[in-house]
Amino acid sequence: MTEIYLDNASTTRPSPAVREAMLACLEDVYGNPSSLHRKGVEAENIIKKAQGSVAELLKVKDKEIYFTSGGTESNNWAVLGAARARKRQGRHVITSAVEHPSVSAPMAQLKDEGFELTVLPVDSRGLVDPAALQEALRPDTVLVSLMAVNNELGSIEPIEACGEVLKRRGGIAAFHVDAVQAFGKLPLNPRSWGVDLLTGSAHKIHGPKGCGFLYVSEGTRILPLVFGGGQQKELRSGTENMPGIAGLGAATAEALAHFGSNRAAMYELRHLFCQGLAGLDGVTVNGPGEDALTAPHIISVTFADVRSEVLLHALEDKGIYASAGSACSSHKREISPVLKAIGLDRKAAESTLRFSLSRYNTAEEIAETLRVLNELLPVLRRFVRR
Amino acid sequence: MEYQSLLIKYAEIGVKGKNRYLFEDRLVKRAAEVLRKIPGRFTVYKSNGRIYADAAEPFDLDQAAEALQHVFGIAGICPVVQQPVVPPEELRAAAAAYFEQAHPVYNGTFKVVATRANKAYPWDSNEINRAVGEEILSRLPDSRVDVHDPQVVLRVEVREKVNLYSRTIPGPGGMPIGGTDKAMLLLSGGIDSPVAGYMVAKRGVNLEAVYFHAPPYTSERAKQKVVDLATQVAAYAGRIRLHVINFTDIQLAIYTKCPHDELTIIMRRYMMRIAQTLAEQNGALALVTGESIGQVASQTVKSMVSTNEVCTMPVFRPLIAFDKQDIITLSQKIGTFETSILPYEDCCTIFVAKHPVTKPNAGIIRRSEEKLLPEINELVEKALAEDEVIVCG
Repeated sequence: MTEIYLDNASTTRPSPAVREAMLACLEDVYGNPSSLHRKGVEAENIIKKAQGSVAELLKVKDKEIYFTSGGTESNNWAVLGAARARKRQGRHVITSAVEHPSVSAPMAQLKDEGFELTVLPVDSRGLVDPAALQEALRPDTVLVSLMAVNNELGSIEPIEACGEVLKRRGGIAAFHVDAVQAFGKLPLNPRSWGVDLLTGSAHKIHGPKGCGFLYVSEGTRILPLVFGGGQQKELRSGTENMPGIAGLGAATAEALAHFGSNRAAMYELRHLFCQGLAGLDGVTVNGPGEDALTAPHIISVTFADVRSEVLLHALEDKGIYASAGSACSSHKREISPVLKAIGLDRKAAESTLRFSLSRYNTAEEIAETLRVLNELLPVLRRFVRR
Repeated sequence: MEYQSLLIKYAEIGVKGKNRYLFEDRLVKRAAEVLRKIPGRFTVYKSNGRIYADAAEPFDLDQAAEALQHVFGIAGICPVVQQPVVPPEELRAAAAAYFEQAHPVYNGTFKVVATRANKAYPWDSNEINRAVGEEILSRLPDSRVDVHDPQVVLRVEVREKVNLYSRTIPGPGGMPIGGTDKAMLLLSGGIDSPVAGYMVAKRGVNLEAVYFHAPPYTSERAKQKVVDLATQVAAYAGRIRLHVINFTDIQLAIYTKCPHDELTIIMRRYMMRIAQTLAEQNGALALVTGESIGQVASQTVKSMVSTNEVCTMPVFRPLIAFDKQDIITLSQKIGTFETSILPYEDCCTIFVAKHPVTKPNAGIIRRSEEKLLPEINELVEKALAEDEVIVCG
């Protein structure tokens, strides 16, 4: 059975160049970058190269890139580290209702530590309103954390406009952007947008799991989350994950080299898929829809009267991999907060699947997926709980 | 303290008359199996109506006791200090030293019970009792002798070697597995059925299991969960062959043709029929379910009468009168609870009516089932023919 992998927002397949770069770190360049001898220098050069690739893509300075264990750590570090560093100036933080748990959970932790939390709502497209941010801002706001692209819907949040709002206010707040789903896929200009902290992850762009980065703009105050040997300018201790960093560097370089063409190709597949879906009964695509407001790779679809999990397994049976996200993700069977925030009821949320693309997907795969959906939906709809 | 041997006490085997050796041999075999997996290089053997596990290397008592907790038939485990036979005066000192170490600053009551299989030993049992008792009293002045109802009994056995022991760690009880009796367990992935399997295995019955899988309505993970549960039960019951039956087509046929409030009961009846056929094919003599009166709609007395109707084989329901909390407590004790509560199993509820019948009428159910004929028989045969067997444990 051929495999059609449409779960690239969960994780992607590491590319050959990534595997090669990682293997080099396991076979030859196995030194500790902190060592004074030659093996250490070799390793350090790999880190510098990876920093350079990430910095180039973000148009920032190499030394502003810090490597972490992934998106979750970067988000935790940015939220906790930036807020705690400013707690004497103020104890108010702002986030949105559709953030990834790796942002919303540390936000809840800050609340336990005595911070006040404002959660910005989103509209039915999953978008935050910059005017709402303006209203929520206070003199004691020390942190604003918003995501660049929503992981369930693909909505592109108005980061630049929110940055403008913050610049105009000129307060003390640090601006953190979780760009895990945007990095390598959409243009990001943290410096001109006034973003102080930005999170990215390797395994969403054909790099390895277990490695990510946090961009910390020069002069931004942040406390460390991981203490120890003082690596990475005392801000993130621990011997660097060399194969991971090499893989992240290679993945970023590839993303940069084919940035425009990858993006165009994925948008094309997205259009193809959405057009096909429009021809099926009882199918709704969630999110903004137009390209300017939607990432190229994420398509959230509600299939009326079909339980997402059943459809997921039926697709799996045909070699097609998608993500349910909402149903059964926890024992409590709560529906996804993101789908809830855009106004889907429980029934719709439990009938929603996420398909996500990568540069490896093809038009044939999309056509086959549509064909299979067309075949499965009527069968599955015959058996609906009454 | 370092022990050299474990004395394994058994409970009900003792009363089994002429078959006793069979039960003992099974116990020896199972104990050897579980002890082989931990350090200690144990040799398990019978000697004078006792079962010992001698260690050739140092071992961890907690680990050994934990391993033996999985062997049904064991009433208690006594860690034994073994030493060469020495002259009486040295024996007195050694026995008292053992006691002092095993029960430091002891201030309760005790009694010494010496046995002398080696009749050539200079002191007889009474002399040993008295001498060791006096020595302990002099070393632990707060302790007292009570020969009628002591809190601690120190055993001093003079055989080819001297065995000293005074502690008993409780075992799981029950009867050793390993005879020819076999039952087919209907394993669902919930809390109850693994516990039911455990309880029947505890009476010395071998288990096979059957799980009804309904892809794509139930997931690969739900199946993996049942495999995990079967493996956990197998840690007590010995290797379990798990039959995975694809039930989707049968469920869909029932869903299409029968009234929805009867779905569960009819589905259940087909599960019982299939389980019975599998049992017959695999030499099992009874079915085991985790049913408990009134727990869900299909487990009312009337519903069970209806599901029982399709079986000629005895159906063992060890949890029949248990409260849910008691079942949970037991599943926590045997270690299946954490797996059972993983969320996959109840994800797909489309085959459950909102208001299922709780008082099924036999005639009505039979008439509903007639609507499934004759296709259903082919579907059942197909499901049985495609039986996937997974060996667990």
